[in-house]
Amino acid sequence: MEKVYSVPSTKHEVVGGFCPGCLHGVVVKLVCEVQEELGILDRTVCVVGVGCCCITARHWKCDVMNAPHGRAPAVATGLKRMAPKDTVVYTYQGDGDLAAIGLSEIMYAANRGENFTVIFVNNSTYGMTGGQMAPTTLVGMKATTAPFGRKAEDVGYPLHMCEILNQLGAPTYLARVSCDSSPNVIKTKAAIKKAFQNQIDGKGFSLVEIMSACPTNWGLSPLDSIKFMREKTMVEFPLGVYRDR
Amino acid sequence: MPKVEINSKVCKACELCILNCPKGVLALGKESNPSGYHYVTVVNQDACIACKMCAIACPDAAIEIYK
Amino acid sequence: MERKFMKGCEAVAEAAVRAGCRFFAGYPITPQNEVPEYFARRLPEVGGQFVQGESEVASINMVMGAASAGVKAMTSSSSPGVSLKAEGVSQAANGSLPLVVANFMRGGPGGGSIQPAQSDYWQATKAMGNGGYKLIVVSPGTLQEAVDLTYKAFELAERDRNPVMILADGCIGAMMEPVTLPEMKSDEQLEKEKQARKNWLVNGFKHREIGPVNIDLWGGRTSMLAMEAIAAGEKPGPRGLEESNRVSGELYERWAKEDTMVELYKMEDAEYVITGYGTAGRVAKSAVDALRAEGVKVGLIRPIIVFPFPYDAYKALDPKKIKFILDVEMAIPGQMVEDVKFAIQDRIPIHQFGRSGGNIVGREEIIAAFKAL
Repeated sequence: MEKVYSVPSTKHEVVGGFCPGCLHGVVVKLVCEVQEELGILDRTVCVVGVGCCCITARHWKCDVMNAPHGRAPAVATGLKRMAPKDTVVYTYQGDGDLAAIGLSEIMYAANRGENFTVIFVNNSTYGMTGGQMAPTTLVGMKATTAPFGRKAEDVGYPLHMCEILNQLGAPTYLARVSCDSSPNVIKTKAAIKKAFQNQIDGKGFSLVEIMSACPTNWGLSPLDSIKFMREKTMVEFPLGVYRDR
Repeated sequence: MPKVEINSKVCKACELCILNCPKGVLALGKESNPSGYHYVTVVNQDACIACKMCAIACPDAAIEIYK
Repeated sequence: MERKFMKGCEAVAEAAVRAGCRFFAGYPITPQNEVPEYFARRLPEVGGQFVQGESEVASINMVMGAASAGVKAMTSSSSPGVSLKAEGVSQAANGSLPLVVANFMRGGPGGGSIQPAQSDYWQATKAMGNGGYKLIVVSPGTLQEAVDLTYKAFELAERDRNPVMILADGCIGAMMEPVTLPEMKSDEQLEKEKQARKNWLVNGFKHREIGPVNIDLWGGRTSMLAMEAIAAGEKPGPRGLEESNRVSGELYERWAKEDTMVELYKMEDAEYVITGYGTAGRVAKSAVDALRAEGVKVGLIRPIIVFPFPYDAYKALDPKKIKFILDVEMAIPGQMVEDVKFAIQDRIPIHQFGRSGGNIVGREEIIAAFKAL
């Protein structure tokens, strides 16, 4: 019998970690698969942000560096520029990390066209700290710091990072994908692989925004949270390739 | 004939594999793993077509497929 | 040895390049803009890289990234900007990353003034950021010292794998003096040094003798020690934040024993002591000379490394001989004076004279303050 699907050898087996139905796990698995397929594990460094994204540190088999909250693109800038030429650097960040406290760092890293890869997981909430309102929380969506739902007249509208970054001249690849279904997971993997290949080819800044679910803080079962993604968050944040050159 | 192998230790019973399986091969079991989850089990192996959809969707990398 | 007439900011930058600094990230802030400007044109000449960060915060984080790739790296700022850098320096101290931070102090608190001051002594020596870490803090009083201490700062950072701070003030940055520049480290020498530390770099494990590493929030310094132990074929010691902090604490104790640096000037027969560091210490020295010319038996204690503080230089003072100590600083209230008090306790009367708000302390006013006592 032939094994037609195997867990990537580039990933640690982790018991526990993310909550049931959290799609961070899928993203981590995909990034590990890409590292395995491209054969880059021993020359790769992950700069992880703060929040649930730092739980991934237990999964990676490559070198890992923890950046202060939101600063991963700045750390990656210094690292990528000064590391040996063949070093592959990626940041792994959530939406609070990247689109709130780290907005300045991601904008400028993108604007400089830094040659690294950004894996950006958007689940519309602050997961680790307990479901506070994120820059990506939908209007009307409840959060622990927006107990009556996000009011646009008070705190404005969700930030669409791919669209915002698409205003800049330098980025090479900007795509929004989702892990809500297996076909979309396959597309997500292709986007991640392209974002890493771009870096290896020296093409410049690539960012993949991955729509994810947070069943725990959304207060939904894993299956209902997938439904919520399809009906709500994936409508607010349309999938697609925003930049590819 | 295809075979689905489940690493029950890391399964968190989120059911995403069940959602993504087109043939009804999988279901939550009655046994619980050391973490307390009623991990997924294969209930209809004969129907499996090795499309890998379950494994691809699994957030915990708990599924491997043989053909 | 090359002798050159240079401005303080540029002398510090050139000394850094000669010490092997090949990456600089910084953000414009007065009064240290000549530092990033100098690096911007100098680093490309030596195969280094300059990045103008989008903020102080981003700059220190870029420097952290470069340091983890094994490159000697530096950032520079002035008081309010250094507050912003504290986040990154704290993280670098936990991650055991060697880097150099320069602070050309200006008036505070807050935005304060853009004129020189010494009001960040507490910040530099007591608690620059969260978490209770320490840095060696060098504080030049002349441009030659600025050059020599900058060169030394890179060596200390590498030796301890810990950030080092150059605590200068706006005067040191802006003044011009002839300096003897240290020798330029050759590329071969830098490569040799890099090879010596390759086992604790985080730039892909194929470049090391040991497998993947996680410079994590909780392992801190011991992550690095574990890597070293594995490379040496030993079993890594216990990891975790408490162990990391314990190891760091031992390091700080070693500094107190081995790394203090202080100038004692005309102290042999002194009956009075004036003390100060940096520019205040330099002006105080000229006040000591003027008072000596009048026959007053006064000496100077000038800390050159302010952390670890040279407590022993003060503890050694004989209460029967010394009538009082005058501490002079460009800060109101005085800051270093607290460390002087800690060393002296009640044994000798301590007085304080300070200027603040961007005012540089003058020789005549020190003399007047001294005579008033």
